[in-house]
Formats: sequence, structure tokens, C-alpha cells
Amino acid sequence: MVKQLKVFIESVGHRVVDSIWRLGYATRFILLVLLKSVPGFLRFRLITREIYFAGVLSLIIILVSGLFVGMVLGLQGYETLQKFGSESAVGTLVALSLVRELGPVIAALLFASRAGSAMTAEIGLMKATEQLAAMGMMAIDPIARIIAPRFWGGVFSMPLLAAMFSVTGIFGGYLVTVVFIGVDEGSFWSQMQSAVDFRYDIVNGVIKSGFFGVVVTAIAVFEGFDAPPTAEGVSRATTRTVVTSALAILGLDFVLTAFMFRGVS
Amino acid sequence: MADSPLIEFRNVNFSYGTRPVLKGVDMSMSRGQVIAIMGGSGSGKTTLLRLIGGEVSPSAGSVSVAGQTVHELSRDELFRLRRKMGMLFQFGALFTDLSVFDNVAFQMREHTDLPESMIRDLVLMKLHAVGLRGAHHLMPAQLSGGMARRVALARSIALDPMLVMFDEPFAGLDPISLSVVGGLIRRLTDTLGMTSILVTHDVQESLQIVDYVYFLADGVITAHGTPDEVRESKVPFVHQFVHGETDGPVPFHYQAQTYSQDLGIGVMKSV
Repeated sequence: MVKQLKVFIESVGHRVVDSIWRLGYATRFILLVLLKSVPGFLRFRLITREIYFAGVLSLIIILVSGLFVGMVLGLQGYETLQKFGSESAVGTLVALSLVRELGPVIAALLFASRAGSAMTAEIGLMKATEQLAAMGMMAIDPIARIIAPRFWGGVFSMPLLAAMFSVTGIFGGYLVTVVFIGVDEGSFWSQMQSAVDFRYDIVNGVIKSGFFGVVVTAIAVFEGFDAPPTAEGVSRATTRTVVTSALAILGLDFVLTAFMFRGVS
Repeated sequence: MADSPLIEFRNVNFSYGTRPVLKGVDMSMSRGQVIAIMGGSGSGKTTLLRLIGGEVSPSAGSVSVAGQTVHELSRDELFRLRRKMGMLFQFGALFTDLSVFDNVAFQMREHTDLPESMIRDLVLMKLHAVGLRGAHHLMPAQLSGGMARRVALARSIALDPMLVMFDEPFAGLDPISLSVVGGLIRRLTDTLGMTSILVTHDVQESLQIVDYVYFLADGVITAHGTPDEVRESKVPFVHQFVHGETDGPVPFHYQAQTYSQDLGIGVMKSV
């Protein structure tokens, strides 16, 4: 019994030490990526290419999801607000929910599963097939040439995707409440315009998605680079990217919200 | 300088963690030759190449390339040295998102400021040398194993290196591709005046094209010589290896307790 307890405590301790070590390793890796980002910016088409892969190719899923989320928000908002006779405030509800929360968060979750997982799998497979080692042997630093452009491509794409998510979401809400249900169009837009503050709501939303972009892409490139060079290793790394990113996004969202929105404005 | 060896291993030791891989390796390789390093799987052959390329450092001893001690070089100096080296990885390691043409052009574009028209001519010349000029527009996924290996060969000589390292260049090739790749290694070494190091366990093909052979077993050089000396060798390991015998100094059985103990039989004698 005592022996079992000892083994248990040891394994817990081992895991804790392991994960702290890994966190430190990941942090050092990301710092290295930042240090080696200069060549990517000097040849900006390397980053443009990654913006295409991470951003443009994620557009469809982002736009379609945004539209549906906005439509559901419109329906649910109208359902509740009309009980109080304030259905014209539905525009405000849709816009604020999207711009402050749902836009950055859902777009980041989708981005992690669409682009983050692809990034991890691609880098992991490049490692498994010795493409990264080959590049190193050609005297080309794989962190500067492969990792850094992907990192920045993701970081630049994320806020743009979140913004487009919010815009299509608002359009979806408009479609359902104004076009189908018949809420007054003038009050829908004018209430939204007076309630949504540029600095307080929109800029804070963009800052959020900026944070999410950094976190998701950092996790994705690190997991890919750190993946054991086997089929199983790459598949586990891909799963870890999606799971870790999702947890990080939701946890970070709470922290950021607590700092940004305190009901004082 | 011309007479000094291009690569010298002096009493090189290396271990992965606590597992020793190389124990006091001494080798010297002359310019302009094709040299093979042979040994069983897991004998540390690939580690020798990684030491030459500076990917890992020896725990004792030194490796020098063209008079420079590899593990003492700064990162920039190491990268300068690597520009003069080519390496062909076991399965080619072609960049799967680039076409055959772009794979061969990769180093030229990264390391030189040559105009695109000149790069085009150079790439086509390199591809012509391996017989794949007509395949320049294909993607790596569309190539057979032998073709991919030849493209990787063209890529490794893209910047006319002084040294090319081949990690298992014959693994998984059909007999025709095998002789094609073998012949190319010999011919390119002679015409480009470079030095080639082959890590391989394909005895018959290698003995036909190399100038000198080193045998590596259990982290030490057990024998070395010209192909003719190797064929006649009486060293038990070399004899077993060259003739592919299943039992000998390298045992068929993985280390274990006696057979009878494992089966729980008291009376049987161990095998």
C-alpha cells in the first residue's frame, strides 16, 4: 500500500516536472522563432504565402459558421426581447455578442481546428520525412525559413478572420430578424450604431483575437516541431494542438474579458 | 593541402544519453574518392554523417573537414562549411510542397543572387545529369522511389559541393534503379571532382563503385580496405557481413536468458 502510494506520488511529481519543463521549452522555442523572424519580413512573400494557407483557405468555414451563429443569435435574441417589447434592440444584442465574445472566440476555435491542426501536421511530417534536417544541412535555418513565416501568417490572419466572422454574423442576424421576421430596419441599425463603441467594443475584440492568434499559432508550430517523427507522434501532436488551443482560448478569453469589460464605461 | 585528407576522425566517441554509439573511431578520407561505411542497422553509421555535418558533437575526440574542426566552429562558420556539403537523406527528403525544379533550385535561390534565367539553366543541367530533365515539372508525390532518389541526388549537387554524403542511397530500390543510382554516384564524383561518403549495408552494389570501405560494428571500426581486400577478408565480422551469413560474430538471437529458463523447463540445455 505504502509502495503504491509512493509510486503514485512519484508519477504525479514526474508529470508536473515534465509539463513545467515542456512549458519552458516551448517558451524558449517561441522566443527563438521571434528572434529569427527578420528574414521572413525581408522576404515578405514567404509570409504572404502562409497568410493564404492559414487565412484565405479558412475563409469558407469562418464565413459560413459566422452566418449561422449570427442567424441563431438573431432568432434567440428576438424570441426573448419581444417578450419585453424591445425587439428592436436585437441588433445591439447580435452585434455586441459577436464583436466582444463570439467573433474572437469561435473564430479562434475554428482557426485552431482548421489551420492550426494543418500547420502541426505539415511541420510534423516535414520533420518525420527529414525535410527539416535536409534544410539544416543545406545551411538554411528551418526555424527562420519554415516556422517563423507560418507563425506570422497565423498571427496576421486571426484578427482578420475574427472580424469577418463578426461581420457575416451581423449580416446573418439582420437576415433573420429584419428580412424574415420583420423587425424595423432603421431601429435595428441605429440602435446597434449607438450601442457599439469603437474603442471599447471593437478594438477590445480585435485585441482578443490578436492574443488568440499568437497563442494558437504558437501552440501549432511548437507541437509540429516537437512531434516525435512517427505516424503516431504526428497524429498525437495534431490532437494536442486542437485540445490545448481550445483550452487556452477559453481560459485566456476569461482573463482578457475580466480585464477589458468591467461594466464601468 | 591537396594531399591532406578531406575528413579526419580522431578517436571519436559519441553517445545518445548513456548509450555509447561510437567508441574511439579513427578514419581518414581522401579527396576525390567514393568511400563506403558499412555496418549493420543501428551500428552508428548515420551518426558518423551527422558528426561530419555538425548536427551533433562528439563527446570526445574530433572530426575535421577540410582542416576545420567541426564542433569548434561557430554557427555561422558551420553554415558556411555546410554550403560546401551536400547530403542525400535515406528517402530523399524532397520538399513535398515544391516541384522537382523548385527542389533543385531551392539552394541556388536561398544562397545566391543568380538571375532566374541562369538558375533555370543550372537546374536543367543538374537534372539532365541524373536523366530527369523531362520530369522537372512533376511534384515529388508523382515520382517513383528511384526517381525521387535521383532528384535528391541532383539537389545535393546543386551548388557543386566538395563533399556529398549519402545515407542509405540504395535502400528500397529495384535492381535497375539501384545500378542507376550507384553508377551516378561514381560518375558524378569523378566528373565534379567531389568526394562521396556512402553509408550503406548494400554490399554488392557498393563494392562495385567505391574506392575504400570502412566496417563499423559496435561503435568501433573493425576493418577497412579496398573492395578487393574486403572480399578476401578473413576477419569474421567482415566475412559474415559480405557473404550475408545469418550467424557469426553478429548473433542471430537477441541477448536473452537461456531458452530453457524462458520456457520454464529445468532439464533442457540452453540453445
